[in-house]
Amino acid sequence: MKRLFLIEFEKLRANRSSRILIGAYFILLTSIALIAAIKFDIGPIKFHMAEQGIFNFPYIWHFNAYIGAWFKIFLAVVIVSMTANEYSNKTIKQNLIDGLSKREFLHSKWVMIFSLAAISTLFIFVVSMILGLIYSNYNEFSIIIQDLEYLVAYFIKLMAFFGFCLFLGTAIKRSAFALGFLGIWQMFEGFCYGMLKWQSPEWLNAEDVFRIFPLNAMSNLVREPFSRLSAVSNLAEQVGGQMTKNTNVQLLDMLIVSAWCYIFYALTYHILKRRDL
Amino acid sequence: METILNVNELTKKFGHITAVNQLSFSIEKGNIYGMLGPNGSGKSTTLGMILNVVNPTGGNFSWFGGTQSTYQALKRVGAIIERPNFYPFMTAAKNLRLVCRIKEVPQSKIEEKLELVDLLDRKHDKFKTYSVGMKQRLAIASALLNDPEILILDEPTNGLDPKGIAQVRDIIFKIAAKGTTILLASHLLDEVEKVCSHVLVLQKGKQIYFGPVTALTTDHGYFELDATDDAALLEALEENKHIKTVERQGTLVFAFPNKALEIETLSKALTSKGIVLTHLAKKHKSLEEQFLILTKKNKR
Repeated sequence: MKRLFLIEFEKLRANRSSRILIGAYFILLTSIALIAAIKFDIGPIKFHMAEQGIFNFPYIWHFNAYIGAWFKIFLAVVIVSMTANEYSNKTIKQNLIDGLSKREFLHSKWVMIFSLAAISTLFIFVVSMILGLIYSNYNEFSIIIQDLEYLVAYFIKLMAFFGFCLFLGTAIKRSAFALGFLGIWQMFEGFCYGMLKWQSPEWLNAEDVFRIFPLNAMSNLVREPFSRLSAVSNLAEQVGGQMTKNTNVQLLDMLIVSAWCYIFYALTYHILKRRDL
Repeated sequence: METILNVNELTKKFGHITAVNQLSFSIEKGNIYGMLGPNGSGKSTTLGMILNVVNPTGGNFSWFGGTQSTYQALKRVGAIIERPNFYPFMTAAKNLRLVCRIKEVPQSKIEEKLELVDLLDRKHDKFKTYSVGMKQRLAIASALLNDPEILILDEPTNGLDPKGIAQVRDIIFKIAAKGTTILLASHLLDEVEKVCSHVLVLQKGKQIYFGPVTALTTDHGYFELDATDDAALLEALEENKHIKTVERQGTLVFAFPNKALEIETLSKALTSKGIVLTHLAKKHKSLEEQFLILTKKNKR
């Protein structure tokens, strides 16, 4: 395992664009902290973002996991290109000839995906912890450790998303087309949802079917945190609405996304095994 | 003798095209094998199959007696394929370090092998800055990192300039002199003739010859003659019971014996008939001519 990690790590480290993208990714993750600096002070209107409760434990876990997930596209580019480049440079062929098995090749990529997702999760954890300790109104240990499942969900979400990218990079072999396909797939899911809503028969619940689509399942893992904000729910009550949306992490979504992880892994291996180089 | 590779009825089909058709041969330790065939005869596909990058449609092969899985066995093999494939953004030394990790061999060999291919002073330069010849030499260094039991070379001089060809050839001779088993695929016949002890000839994916080079090139040879009186020479040759056929091409006469015939014997026989020879030479067909004959024969 260490050997596979080192093989992949050296490939990644030597590539300047990967280094820059990964660096930019972690700088952006840290920049969540900058939200704390958002402050308006225009005469009667005083607004300080950090005082709106977004950095309160345990809400901060949810908020940061949601915001942090937006930046994953940076790492997606890295993963797609590190896979597609193996084909365009034909280095995958040389790796296999040198004595790497196809499964080892795939595992070296997954070890990297796991490492990136784990480091990113750890990063979110540390940034949230620091922000929370500075700005949170509640600092009791029992409250701090509440809702940590959002970070577990965040980790699974990244793994599945990167696994999808790895699969696309392998299947399509060209970074730009693979990323383009990712965008098209997102639209395709939206289109399917629309069609299901419009045309699905009585016995079929569109929401239930849509729940198993990969990108939607990933986004369901960490749902939007804004409706939980007291300011937002107060506003909703004032206009007469009721916020009944469930924004918790649900076990079923975790299972669906984990299943997608495995499916992407298996499909990628299937392609590697069958394709002649 | 120790068998390194055993190939049994190996077949590869791409759609309706059969690229490699029921190939069977075996490679013994210490020999140098040439794999001959025109472009598209299935050389690279065959190498791709034994190197684990092309899935065979039929047949099988086993490395080192079949005790290890193919990818494990490949760690004991050194191979370079048509084009050197390295990470362009990595330096030569880093590329080789990666190969060491894959092959699970110590990194101490890197310097030694770079020295052998004369690239030591460029080891900290990125691969993409290398010339075609340097890339090819780096590929050879990479293939030698594990001190392989067999070295497989696919068209190693392809696309190189004359100097590059000479350099690569020198390196191959050096490696061959150490007793390393080599499998050399090429369509350049003189390249194969110079180094190989055995040849495998392919045509349209079919094996048309497999055996020692000497058996292919050693026939009874032929004689090139010229005399002051050509008519008498032709008559004398046709009467000689050891001569199978006589051909006249330009000013020269070619005589093909039906058994091993010494030059002295022929000379004496002709002189005794009063023929004055102005030219007499015994020749053997080159591998190139043999190859052309072989491929022509099989086309029919």
